[in-house]
Amino acid sequence: MRKKLLLAGFSLLACAASAVHADHLVAIAGPMTGQYASAGDQIRKGAEMAIADINAKGGVLGQKIKLEVGDDACDPKQAVSVANAMINKKIVFMHGHWCSSSTIPASDVYNESQIVMATVSTNPQVTERGLKNIFRINGRDDQQGQVAGAYLADHFKGKKIAVVDDKSAYGKGLADEIAKAIEAKKVKVALRESITAGEKDYSGLVSKLKSAGVEVMAYGGYHTEVALILRQAQQAGLKLTVMGGDTMTNSELVTAAGANADNVLFTFVPDPRKNPGSADIVKRFRDAKIEPEGYVMYAYAAMQLFAQAAEQAKSTKYADLEKAMRGGAFDTVLGKLSFDAKGDNKLPGFVVYQWKGGKYDYVGK
Amino acid sequence: MALALQQLINGLTLGAVYGLIAIGYTMVYGIIGMINFAHGDIYMVSAFISVTAFTLLAALGVSSVPLALVTVLLVSVLFTSVYGWAVERTAYRPLRGSTRLAPLISAIGMSIFLQNMVQLTQGARVKPIPPVLVGGFDLLTVDGFTVHLAYSQLLIVVVTVFLMAAFTYLLSQTSFGRQQRACEQDRLMTSLLGINVDRTISLTFMLGAMLAAVAGVLVTVYYGVVDFYIGFVVGIKAFTAAVLGGIGSFPGAMLGGVLIGLIEAFWSAYLAPEYKDVATFAILILVLMFRPSGLLGRPEVEKV
Repeated sequence: MRKKLLLAGFSLLACAASAVHADHLVAIAGPMTGQYASAGDQIRKGAEMAIADINAKGGVLGQKIKLEVGDDACDPKQAVSVANAMINKKIVFMHGHWCSSSTIPASDVYNESQIVMATVSTNPQVTERGLKNIFRINGRDDQQGQVAGAYLADHFKGKKIAVVDDKSAYGKGLADEIAKAIEAKKVKVALRESITAGEKDYSGLVSKLKSAGVEVMAYGGYHTEVALILRQAQQAGLKLTVMGGDTMTNSELVTAAGANADNVLFTFVPDPRKNPGSADIVKRFRDAKIEPEGYVMYAYAAMQLFAQAAEQAKSTKYADLEKAMRGGAFDTVLGKLSFDAKGDNKLPGFVVYQWKGGKYDYVGK
Repeated sequence: MALALQQLINGLTLGAVYGLIAIGYTMVYGIIGMINFAHGDIYMVSAFISVTAFTLLAALGVSSVPLALVTVLLVSVLFTSVYGWAVERTAYRPLRGSTRLAPLISAIGMSIFLQNMVQLTQGARVKPIPPVLVGGFDLLTVDGFTVHLAYSQLLIVVVTVFLMAAFTYLLSQTSFGRQQRACEQDRLMTSLLGINVDRTISLTFMLGAMLAAVAGVLVTVYYGVVDFYIGFVVGIKAFTAAVLGGIGSFPGAMLGGVLIGLIEAFWSAYLAPEYKDVATFAILILVLMFRPSGLLGRPEVEKV
C-alpha cells in the first residue's frame, strides 16, 4: 500500500515537472477540411511522423515538440484567423499554409508576431514581399511555368495548345508563366481560358477545346478539376493531354480520372522518395500504411528544418531561429536545404513527370 | 452550329439535374415557407449512397447495367428519403411555430452537420466509381466537330421527364396532392379538416429528398466522382433555379433549372467561362427586377 502511494506521489511529481518543462509548440496549417482536405491530410501525416521521430531522439534542445493543427480550408479569411489563433497558443514555428492564397495573408500576421514559417506555396509573391520570417521549401511557379512551357513547346510541335487556369492565386500564376514560356519559344497559345474551381460540369470548356482542335491543355490549378475535365473530355470523344503543376502529384487524380490519368504530365521538384538518403524513412512511412507522396515528405522536412535550425541556434527565439535558417544548411529528406536572401530554397528546380498505371515517374521513363 | 447543338445537349443535361434538386427547395418553401439549406447536402448524401451501392453490386458480381441502375436508384431513393424525413423531424419540426429565422439557422447547421458527417465517416478524398454507362451516339459531324450524345446524358433527360410527369400527376390528381396543396394554402384550416399536417410536411420532405436522390444517382453515373463537398455549389445553383422559376412553383423549379443549365452551357462555350456565374446571377437579378416572384411564381396573396 505504502509503495503504491509513493509511486503515485512520484508520478504526480513527474507530471508537475513536465508541466513546468513546457514543450516546443510547432504548428501546421492547411486545408484539413474542404475540397483540398487530402493535401492537409498529407501534411498532417508527414509532420506527425517527423515529430515522433525527433521526440524519440530526445526532442529539440532537450525538450519535446508538440504539434498544433490549424485548418484554413484554403480560405484566405479563415487562414488569417488560424494565424491569430496559433499566435495565441505561442507557437515557435509554422509549417504552412498550403494554398498560396492562404499563405500570403497569413504570413503578414506571423511576420507581425515574429514567427518563423516554412511553406510549400509556390506563388512567387509568397517570398517577393520582403518578409523576413518566411522560407519556401518548394519551388516557385515562375520556375515551374518555364519548365512546363518549354517542354510543351518542344515536345508538342504542330499541335494546338490551350492554357487554362482556375482563377486561384496559384493556378493563375502558374498558367500565366506557362503561357509566357510557350510564347517565348515562338509557339502560339491557341486558347486562353479560366474556369471556376469546385464545380462538377466542365462540358462547356471541353466543347470549346474540341471545337478549337486543341490536343494539349496546360492547366494551372488543382487535381480535382483536372480529373473531371479529363473524364468529360473522354466522354465527348476528345483525346486530351494535360500539363499541370505540383498539385497533380496527388494520387486522388488517378482515383478520380481512372485510366485518363495516364494523359497527365506535370512539373514537380525531383521526387524526395527517390533520395537514397531517405529510403529508411520512406520504408517506415509505408510500414505505417502511409504513402509518402505529395506533401508528406515536405512536412517531414519542414519539421527537420525546425529541429536542426533550433539546435544550431541553441534557441527557439525568432531572431535566432530566423538567422540560423537563413545562414545554415540542413539535412532533410528533400536533400540539403539552404535558402537565399528572399527565403527561396536553393535546391534544383522542377522536372517533368508523367502518370502511368497509377504511379508517377520522370517523363519518358 | 455543331457547337451550339452540343452545348444545347450539355445544358439540358445540367439543367435537368439542377431542376430535380430545385424542386426539393420549392416544395419545402411552398409548404412551410422556409429555405431548406440542407437540401444540397441531402443530394450529396444520396450520391455517396449510390457510390456505396454501385461498389457493393460490383463486388457481388452484378454485371447487367440496367439491373444495377435500377437497384441503385431504388436503394438511394429509399435511404435518402429516410434522411429527408430525419432532417425534418430533428431539425425543423421542433422549431415550427418559432420565429422564421430559427429553422433557417437550423437548416444551415444541418448542412454543416451532414457535410462533416460524411467527411468524417467517408474521408475527405473523392470517391470514384468505374464508368457504368459508357459510349453514346455521334449525332452529326460539321467541320471535324462531332456532336456527341452520351447514353448517360440521355438517361438523365429521360428520367427527369418521366419524374416530372409522375409528380405533376401526384400533385394534381391524388389525395396526397390535394392535402399537400391545402397545407400550402392554410395549415391551420387543413388541420381543422382532419388532415395530418405533420405527416404531409414529412412526406413533402421525403419527396424532395427522393428527387435529390435520383439527381445524386444520375450525377454519379454522369461524372463518375463524388466528394463530401458537391452539395454546396449544386445546392446554391438549384436554389437559384427555384428562385428564378418562382419559388413555390413546381414547373417553375424545372424551368429555372433548365434555364440556368442552358445559360451556363452557352456562356461558357461562346464567352469567357470565368464569368459564367456572373451571367447567371445577372439574369436572376434582371428577372427579379421585373418579376419579383420569379418567372412562374404567383405573387403572395394576403390571406384575410
